[in-house]
Amino acid sequence: MKYFHLIWAALFRRKTRTLFTLFSVLAAFLLFGLLDSVRSAFAVGSSSVAAAERLITVSKISFTLALPKSLLARIQAVPGVADVTYANWFGGIYQDPKNFFPSQAVADNFLDLYPEWELAPDQRKAFHDIRTGAVVGATLAEKFHWKVGDKIPLQATIFPQKDNSNTWTFDVVGIYHVADPNLRGQENNFFFKWDYFDEARQFGNGTVGWYVVKLADRNRADQVAEAIDALSADSDHETKTESEQAFMAAMMGQFADIGLIVGTIMGAVFFTLVLLTGNTMAQAVRERIPELAVLKTLGFTSRTVLGLVLGESVLLLVLGGVAGLGLAGVVVSAVRTSLPAMGPTSPMVPVGQAIWLRGLGLMVLTGLVVGALPALKGMRLRIVDALSGH
Amino acid sequence: MNVFRKLGKAATMLGAIVVPMIVLLAAPWWLVAASVAAFAAWMALTRAGRQAVSITRVGIATITQRLGSSAVVVVGIAGVVGVLVALLAMAAGFEATLKQTGTDDTAIVLRAGAQTENNSIVDHDSAQIVSQAPQVLKNSQGQPIASPELVVVASLPKRGTGLTANVELRGVGERAWDLRPNVKITDGRKFQPGLRELIAGKSAHEQFAGLDVGSSLKLNGQLWTVVGIFDSEDSHNSEIWADTAVVGTTYRRGSSTTSVNVRLVDAGSFDAFKAALASDPRLQVDVMTTRDYYNRQSETLTSEIRILGTTVALIMAIGAVFGALNTMYAAVSARAREIATLRAIGFRGAPVIVSVLLETTLLAVVGGAIGATLTWAIFDNYTASTLGTNFSQVVFSFNVSPLLLWSGLKWALAIGFVGGLFPAMRAARMPVTEGLREL
Amino acid sequence: MGAVVEIRDLSKVYERGKQRVEVLHHVDLDIEEGDFVALMGPSGSGKSTLLNLIGGLDSPTGGTVAVAGKRIDKLSEDALANWRASNVGFVFQFYNLLPMLSAQKNVELPLLLTRLSAAQRKRHASTALELVGLADRAAHKPSELSGGQQQRVAIARAIVSDPTLLVGDEPTGDLDRQSAVEILTLLRELNRDHGKTIIMVTHDPKAAEYALRTLHLDKGTLVETEGSATRERSEALRA
Repeated sequence: MKYFHLIWAALFRRKTRTLFTLFSVLAAFLLFGLLDSVRSAFAVGSSSVAAAERLITVSKISFTLALPKSLLARIQAVPGVADVTYANWFGGIYQDPKNFFPSQAVADNFLDLYPEWELAPDQRKAFHDIRTGAVVGATLAEKFHWKVGDKIPLQATIFPQKDNSNTWTFDVVGIYHVADPNLRGQENNFFFKWDYFDEARQFGNGTVGWYVVKLADRNRADQVAEAIDALSADSDHETKTESEQAFMAAMMGQFADIGLIVGTIMGAVFFTLVLLTGNTMAQAVRERIPELAVLKTLGFTSRTVLGLVLGESVLLLVLGGVAGLGLAGVVVSAVRTSLPAMGPTSPMVPVGQAIWLRGLGLMVLTGLVVGALPALKGMRLRIVDALSGH
Repeated sequence: MNVFRKLGKAATMLGAIVVPMIVLLAAPWWLVAASVAAFAAWMALTRAGRQAVSITRVGIATITQRLGSSAVVVVGIAGVVGVLVALLAMAAGFEATLKQTGTDDTAIVLRAGAQTENNSIVDHDSAQIVSQAPQVLKNSQGQPIASPELVVVASLPKRGTGLTANVELRGVGERAWDLRPNVKITDGRKFQPGLRELIAGKSAHEQFAGLDVGSSLKLNGQLWTVVGIFDSEDSHNSEIWADTAVVGTTYRRGSSTTSVNVRLVDAGSFDAFKAALASDPRLQVDVMTTRDYYNRQSETLTSEIRILGTTVALIMAIGAVFGALNTMYAAVSARAREIATLRAIGFRGAPVIVSVLLETTLLAVVGGAIGATLTWAIFDNYTASTLGTNFSQVVFSFNVSPLLLWSGLKWALAIGFVGGLFPAMRAARMPVTEGLREL
Repeated sequence: MGAVVEIRDLSKVYERGKQRVEVLHHVDLDIEEGDFVALMGPSGSGKSTLLNLIGGLDSPTGGTVAVAGKRIDKLSEDALANWRASNVGFVFQFYNLLPMLSAQKNVELPLLLTRLSAAQRKRHASTALELVGLADRAAHKPSELSGGQQQRVAIARAIVSDPTLLVGDEPTGDLDRQSAVEILTLLRELNRDHGKTIIMVTHDPKAAEYALRTLHLDKGTLVETEGSATRERSEALRA
């Protein structure tokens, strides 16, 4: 609006002081962007629509314990179950332990339950047909320059082959892509056929790591989960079935209360920020009381003066904040491309819409809080007193 | 073009501030201590030094007029030091817990290729072969101090939240007590071999519900009883122990275990031990000292936390430096007339520079002390737990050590120094006449 | 022509703590349209207070003030602000320009309160600057202008929205002799050639000579009005 020029000029009246304050705001929001990116990765709050239709069934004791494959048919028969699949953690290493990525032996129909992973139909068929076939995520393929047709050896850390060898060789038959940028971290998995795995492994034959269930009606999740667990109650393989989201959250929750750590740090940062920018604004307004008085003599109402000062503090926060968040976005992209992905999600989420919205909201809120007192002072000034220097 | 020049100037300014700060932060403690001592001597002994002190006194006396902006420096630096020390204490605590779990004269044997115990499987025969190796120490009854151990995971509800988390269940062999003489039973008694009895480590007992002496829990469909609590003063405190054979039955592992832990004749025999096992064609194993093994467990997480802590603190420090710059530039401007008068009288430039630096550094030290004290008060020995490499909870305490506190103070000094340097130089270079005219 | 400023029984009392200071006592005053009035008096006489009340910067304790037929003594702060925007232009002793804006932008300030477009604002401001003879300095900041030039920009700002009254509080108080003469000449020109009603507080008798009539205030009361005698003398001087 037309007052913008006035607000801008007021802000940069003392160039150095404003610039220094802007740098401090930048630092605060750089941190906010980085930390919120980490926190969002661990929150796993938002996931795809498809995830809302999936349940995970693991051993009640611990997800590291195996379940019998015979459960498959019985789970399939539970009313409300649209489809079932299973998988086993493999934990193989490609060349160097530092190259770690998740690898799993999965049923033929496993990928059908994950429609958010896009795979060409001919590659899907190849996975069904070729015994040693493997489907890998595009991020992984890019990192190691794998193409369809390559033979990839993995070193087993848990499951040696029957001949005691730790080397398992697979043929890359497909590369899957993930469209949703928020879920891009899932593009780093390595899937091969459970049949081949079970045939060749030394021990644990006939067992699977976990079952994935697709719900016919997602509103009946609780009932279906209970029914599935009832199948194995009081047996030696008791199960625990919950939504995929709950399962992930529980996993992440065991790692650390990331939310608390991030929250505490950001609390300290914003407390300091409010003090710092508040001090700058207080100084700025104090110096400009005579000028604000002049504006009032010209006919600017008290409310307009209030708005001008608030506008100035919000502008201060937004300028520094946008620069800081922008920088955070750049840093996060750089880190994500160079860090190996961990598990189902990367440790950092790209600085996308959600983080920007939260950041902008914080900028405006902080600007208003910080500008409130000086703005009131400006609004309430008595023209006559202010002009005569009181 | 003007925009680029302005950006260039801003970038150089940023560099001129960040680089000296990093150099200061990297300086070793003795260098910093020596510099401080030398400086104190200069202040007490030289005329210029004494002048600097008197100017600083005047400056400090007028701080009440600049309370708001002085608070900015103090709080900003307190925040930096507080966050830095807290995060580093977290890393140090986790590292310490794991590091003291291992020794140089005990070794752990895993299946070849397995990186951790819960990925490993060692069959009964192999375990026997390992315990017969000549480098394994024998106890007073002539039995080799070797404990075939079976590590599995159990799910228990945490105290307080009630949410289930994983706890490590370690089946230990009969010689486990000879292997780990540091383990003391603090409540109840040891479990009886052959029975479904278990003892809980001190930290596990504190973290999880249902591990009091006398309680029962269901593991894999079978009822077990908690008969005692133990304290091993290391990461084993986060575990619950039972008889290997009974755990093996409950978890349907037959006679296999996940590892063999042995006590060697002495630390020097490790190499021979490793070579002996490697050359045995019946074995496919990896061997390392327990110190090595537990060090590795803590490495990744510890370095991650340290990187996080340093990065966060560095960014906060940059924010704090600019806050300090603002404050001190304003302070210098406000006292321009006084400074000019002093210089007109005959005080040289150096005492003026030093006095501004002193004032900033004093504010910084106060901030650093506040931050360090707060962190120490809140976080020292604060217990936390996280997911260890065995997918189970490892309990550790934050360790706010004097070294860490000193690190924090160093950061405070660095920020104070850089934040005061440029304003100080400006104060010294301000033309006398201009300063006298300043209103 | 009716009086453009009508003041009846005007009083102003300040409360400083427990003390009551009566600055103006029952002042009556009429100012015609097109008049150029100088207000003089010793310090503490209340002349600035009177000016502030005429200009709507303050409200009286008693009595009435009407400008162009409209009573302004009982208006709320917001209403006074609105009134000032289109009815008064102020010129101060210390210019009171906004230091971070150019001369052009300073002059445009009052126009921000109108519905004029940016282009229209620019044109009006340019016209005003031309009128005061500073069109070539439009882009300069106040720090780049001399005292006299700054005051001329202030005058341009005061007239840009074509207000009913032009009010000056010691407009030449901070200027050297030559600049003062320039400013006073400009004011006289605005009054004579453009019909602006001007009320000026000054302590300088030489400055008062540029006005059409001079009023004296002492201890809050209008003591003496020099009427046509002064007017005749001024006209003789101008001849």
